[in-house]
Amino acid sequence: MIHIGLSHFLFVSSILFSLGIFGIVTRRNAVMVLMGIELMLNASNINFIAFAKYGNFGLQGQIMALFVIVLAAAEAAIALAIVLNIYKTFSTVNVDEIDTLKD
Amino acid sequence: MSIYDIIFYLFATITLVSAFFVVTIRNIVYSAFFLLFTFFGVAGIYVILGADFVAMVQLIIYVGGILILILFGVMLTNKITNVQIKIGTSQIIPASIGVGLFAGILTASLVNTPWRKIDTAPLLPTTQGLGLMLISEYGVVFELLGILLLIALIGAASLARK
Repeated sequence: MIHIGLSHFLFVSSILFSLGIFGIVTRRNAVMVLMGIELMLNASNINFIAFAKYGNFGLQGQIMALFVIVLAAAEAAIALAIVLNIYKTFSTVNVDEIDTLKD
Repeated sequence: MSIYDIIFYLFATITLVSAFFVVTIRNIVYSAFFLLFTFFGVAGIYVILGADFVAMVQLIIYVGGILILILFGVMLTNKITNVQIKIGTSQIIPASIGVGLFAGILTASLVNTPWRKIDTAPLLPTTQGLGLMLISEYGVVFELLGILLLIALIGAASLARK
């Protein structure tokens, strides 16, 4: 039986990252795109903390993970404000239909 | 198989299965609730990796803050009375092929790289060390993040009330 090591955590984070990309490119709702971005940020956080443990970096990886969490909070607040404005202007949050700049 | 391995597989399964449901299920409210389980699973993985404080921050900020924001976004941008809440997906097949290729390459390269591994003993509890680093070594970043959060708060408020 293989003991749990760094590669197991890297596997989980890379699959989570890919699922986030899948959510971003396939879902039409802008809020769902935001959820995909949150999944990707979580995957990067797992990487930071796994390398902090297995790479002998002490606590620096965990500090970086905290910073990423703060940035994710700020990003979520701004993005949802923008989504609300889009909804007020276009009455939809379908990212395929918001193509006024194309004309 | 030790208890450590079993707990890891449990949390990894919770995380990946609920993340899969987040991106595939059609009802966006269910997606938001599956996102809750994903965040819980990721917090469990942090605990396994010896990051107790980050796991608590994950629970408080992601589950308590960001998920509530996302649920508000869902509620405010969908007409609940109409059956508009189910939203479609687009271009499933090309996206599956592309993302599958990407996931394969990323996973293979990450797992097969011979990382220089030094398995250190877990630094428990981490709270004191993190606090000291935040006010000494990373003090400037800490202050900048405070300013950033203030700007984000003001920006979000002024954007949303326009």
